[in-house]
Amino acid sequence: MNALSENFNIRIRPRRSLWEVDWRGIFDYRDLLFLLVRRDFISKYKQTVLGPAWMLIQPLATTVVFTIIFSNVAKISTDSTPPVLFYMGGLLTWNLFSQNLGGSGNVLQANAGMFGKVYFPRIIIPLANGISALIPFAIQLALFLAIYILISWTSPGGFRPSIGPQLLLLPLFVLQAALVGLGSALIFSSMTAVYRDLQYVLGFLVQIWMYLTPIIMPVSQFPTKWRWLVLLNPMTAPVEGTRWALLGTGTLSPVTVAQSWGISLALFIAGFLWFNKIERSFVDRA
Amino acid sequence: MGKPIIEVHGITKRYQLGELGALSLRDAVEHGFRRLIGRGDGQPRRGEFWALNGVTFDVQPGEVIGLIGKNGAGKSTLLKILSRITEPTSGEAILRGRLASLLEVGTGFHPELSGRENVFLNGAILGMTRKEIARKFDEIVDFAEIENFIDTPVKRYSSGMYVRLAFAVAAHLEPEILIVDEVLAVGDAEFQKKCISRMETISTRDQRTILFVSHNITAVRRLCSKCIVMVKGKSSEVLPVEKAVEIYTQDQKVSALSVELAERARHSKQGRVGRILRIEVTSPSGELRYGEPGTVDVTFHLKEAVKEIAVGLGFDTPDGQRALTLDTDTAGHTWSLSAGNHTVRIGLAFWSTHPGNYTVSAALICGHNYFDTVGNAAVWEVQTSKFDNVSDRGFGGCRPKPTVELFPTVEPHRALAVL
Repeated sequence: MNALSENFNIRIRPRRSLWEVDWRGIFDYRDLLFLLVRRDFISKYKQTVLGPAWMLIQPLATTVVFTIIFSNVAKISTDSTPPVLFYMGGLLTWNLFSQNLGGSGNVLQANAGMFGKVYFPRIIIPLANGISALIPFAIQLALFLAIYILISWTSPGGFRPSIGPQLLLLPLFVLQAALVGLGSALIFSSMTAVYRDLQYVLGFLVQIWMYLTPIIMPVSQFPTKWRWLVLLNPMTAPVEGTRWALLGTGTLSPVTVAQSWGISLALFIAGFLWFNKIERSFVDRA
Repeated sequence: MGKPIIEVHGITKRYQLGELGALSLRDAVEHGFRRLIGRGDGQPRRGEFWALNGVTFDVQPGEVIGLIGKNGAGKSTLLKILSRITEPTSGEAILRGRLASLLEVGTGFHPELSGRENVFLNGAILGMTRKEIARKFDEIVDFAEIENFIDTPVKRYSSGMYVRLAFAVAAHLEPEILIVDEVLAVGDAEFQKKCISRMETISTRDQRTILFVSHNITAVRRLCSKCIVMVKGKSSEVLPVEKAVEIYTQDQKVSALSVELAERARHSKQGRVGRILRIEVTSPSGELRYGEPGTVDVTFHLKEAVKEIAVGLGFDTPDGQRALTLDTDTAGHTWSLSAGNHTVRIGLAFWSTHPGNYTVSAALICGHNYFDTVGNAAVWEVQTSKFDNVSDRGFGGCRPKPTVELFPTVEPHRALAVL
């Protein structure tokens, strides 16, 4: 064996503190993380006829539906942005979030069989899912930019692109969406481990959450009475912020963004620690 | 001798008894509400059960240790703790090396991925790095004998190929500590031989430590240098094999002639369609007696209607050797049954196992599948009887009435003379 395992000591005992996290174990299993991301990608698209094209078709279809229903029929304002760009821009980070929450919100139950047989840090699975979600995100971003350029060239004197230095802040909002998605997935799967019937709630939780997020209409269109609730939602800043970074529109103040980051971090840390606590005893409950 | 490779100090494990560990939300709300209005004690009171109650032993590097004990003695709980699947309630264990188990082969195999991709993924799940797997890749494929199919998705594999590949990955882990849990039941005889010799190589050539968990005392005797016996959640010291076998045999006490099996721990995947509820001796004499008619009733519950179901009983000697198997389909009896409870009576007109204690197992069978199996369901004593005029000659295993004919032997030279 290599030098590493010469003094490889594993100590097994009941963990006492909530803060006791197996950092080294997580690091040691980094190869598994990589292989799981690959597995996700291959198994998802290997057997489908159109392959990775699905990553484009799905958000395009949603955008078209939103544009027809909410903009053309319901006439909801999109802050003077072309509706297609407005919806697509909002869906970028939202999809990243919902892939995290939807994909990992039931991770303990879904992998109970495997977790009962072999040990590795359980957090690897939701992490891999989160990284996998970045692939469709990147493709959707490229698609968005292509349409963006197309629209600004073809619309005569109408919409002017205003890409500026704010674009540099885009990664901040992307990271936040991923953190909120992963954090709430960890909280949710920990809760599902204790209260099994919650797994049925996951689907419509994502749906309801979407209506409280400025995807269909911008923050400015929410009734003033309810705006505080929308701003409390940690997904508001990533969605509205992405549009601002890409299109230069939206109602966000630095204070709101900082507040929202605070909420997001708290959510993520709570989820991470809770999941870490539940994973130790999860097998005994299943 | 240096430091022990495995040190276990006073490990205990407590389980809450009751329906399920995971509560339904309704339960939680109900209990919360009761506590709020001051009725009831709030917490759902359930009994507790100590699966492990003070387990302490040390294992030196390079030893092959047998771990034996009755069902429910805590063997699998101990293994789960050592492989870090669950936490102990108290106590501590130290492992000076990587531990891998052959408990479960093929964990994390994905049907859409090719054999190659699965080898890497499965290896990583079991704790290998990509580099290590790449180094051993050819050896693994060679061992599994699937060179031509390595780039085929494993969903197209036969079950034999699948198991061989999965085992090959696990067998090439090269951990310092290897746990083997009767996995040798997989595959055909040829492959089993290969697995056992692989285990012997690992222990002798590579000087690895092996924990071998088995009911089969013959296999334990063959492979192990020493043994640990578990009795009711407590472990013995590391003992010489014969001493351990003696304790284990004494622990196999005779059970009642009617054994309720409905309340046993859930076995993964099994028992969903059908479940064995009870086995009971129903001979005219009220017990099993050598040479007399003997019958056993197997009562089971079916959740849905099933076709061609058969029932089987197995009788093993205390050291784990099968002495007698009674399957209804051997006699051409399978049934199509509706959902609900059913009882099948299986018997022999001439009970042929030698007087002594037998570990009884039962199974609900459908073709090549098991709906439910209960190993070590009971230990029953076969009594002696007036037909038994042979047991003084020693243990005879299964001794049915043979067909006998005596031929007068003609000596060769006489035969020639007749010609």
